[in-house]
Amino acid sequence: MKKLIAQREIDVNEEGYLMDFNQWDKEIGKSLADEHDISLTDRHWEVIDFLHEKYRKEEPLSIRGIKKSGVIDIKEFYSLFPGGPLKVSTLIAGIPKPKSCI
Amino acid sequence: MKNLVILGAGTAGTMMANHLIKKLPKKEWKITIVDQYKTHYYQPGFLFLPFDIYTTKQVKKNGKKFIPDGANYIQKKIELIQPETNTVILEDDVKLQYDILIVATGSKTAPDEIEGMKGPMWYKNIFDFYTYEGAKALRDHLREWEGGKLVVHITEMPIKCPVAPLEFAFLADSYFKHKGMRDKVDITFVTPLGGAFTKPTATKTLHYLLEEKNIKEVTDFNIERVDYENNKIIDYAEKEVEYDLLVTVPTNMGDSLIERSGMGDDLNFIPTNKGSLQTLDHPNIFAIGDATNIPASKAGSVAHFEAEILTDNILRFIKGEELKEEFDGHANCFIETGNGKALLIDFNYTHEPVEGTFPFPGVGPLRLLKESRANHMGKMAFRWVYWNMLIKGVHIPFVSATMSEKGKNFQKVN
Repeated sequence: MKKLIAQREIDVNEEGYLMDFNQWDKEIGKSLADEHDISLTDRHWEVIDFLHEKYRKEEPLSIRGIKKSGVIDIKEFYSLFPGGPLKVSTLIAGIPKPKSCI
Repeated sequence: MKNLVILGAGTAGTMMANHLIKKLPKKEWKITIVDQYKTHYYQPGFLFLPFDIYTTKQVKKNGKKFIPDGANYIQKKIELIQPETNTVILEDDVKLQYDILIVATGSKTAPDEIEGMKGPMWYKNIFDFYTYEGAKALRDHLREWEGGKLVVHITEMPIKCPVAPLEFAFLADSYFKHKGMRDKVDITFVTPLGGAFTKPTATKTLHYLLEEKNIKEVTDFNIERVDYENNKIIDYAEKEVEYDLLVTVPTNMGDSLIERSGMGDDLNFIPTNKGSLQTLDHPNIFAIGDATNIPASKAGSVAHFEAEILTDNILRFIKGEELKEEFDGHANCFIETGNGKALLIDFNYTHEPVEGTFPFPGVGPLRLLKESRANHMGKMAFRWVYWNMLIKGVHIPFVSATMSEKGKNFQKVN
């Protein structure tokens, strides 16, 4: 389905995750963050950069993986992206949320 | 004489030995396979062992039986891989030189990764079922258990056979019903993901199973520690889930050999080309099965499909030809849903599991993503297929290494 984000028509799935990462840019990220009442700081962007790197390498995301990366500690990760940090941060970063095989 | 060395004689390593012995000229190539353990386990059977559906004898055999006669089998611990000198060092300082190395050292559970998990209550009221020891200890515990809060828990992804924890919850429901004590057991499924099912089609078609079996779901639970004194698991957001019996899937990691050899990622999985199965750092080292970091499921069926493709690529590599990036992430799994029924799923990197028929388009006889007795019979028959065909490298008729899109109800590509 299409959704208007930052004045552009973007392809998203039923849960609002981007279908095509190529449609993502920082404006889209900011607009998605606004919907979650998050105003993006430098720390948020550092996390988003890290998520993009993992996504490009097709490495699975986990909270503990983020802890081990040294980019951020877990308490801060929760405080930056309240209400399920991986679910929310991946949505803002324009990448799929972590999934299993079914 | 050239040397091809395979590390690990589990599902993937044993299959590779059986494939390659038929393909490589004996006068030119010596094939050596190394594993420290004598026993080869049928790991899918660990799901059934706790419920007394399989016996211990049905899930283990002497591994040597499945190694082809022409291969050199060494039962020793592997100490180190030295890619720069093409050497593998085994215990007792035995050194093996290789021209081509295949790493098939798998993945294992690491309960030490979570505080309080492998503590005083490990195998008392906290169990895993991903090891032979854990599944057997859990079986003994369940035989005597009088009921209470059963929590089935996934620590973090990726894990081997990602649906096994859900199958465990389904089978537990059946098991306690059968024992006439389902009303005394409260089953909760706890996952770090957004749901027990995470893909749209599967969620839509299968969520009824949880409701029908009265299995509660706790989602987005990222465990920080086990409070074994008060019988609860606690996550990073201070969320707590109480248990009387905790059945957990600990963190899964690649073998510590990979870490010692400096060849792995954070979880000791080897960075590998997801299409060709060549490792990213060393052209003459290949990886297969659970040992890789590729974004496919860690499952025997995946290793089986990979083995066919890797065999062709090894032959191309020897001839100096370009490798083919053919592996599409194909997986094919039976999923037990309890009460003598099962589902079948077939999927790959780009297609999520959908409804349809398998293996013959429009005919079946197996139905995809639908509960049936035939699927359950398929899962039960698979143990025979595993011991007699799969690890011996015999091609399974009508099932191709790459996924067929025929007979399936695809709506869209992910």
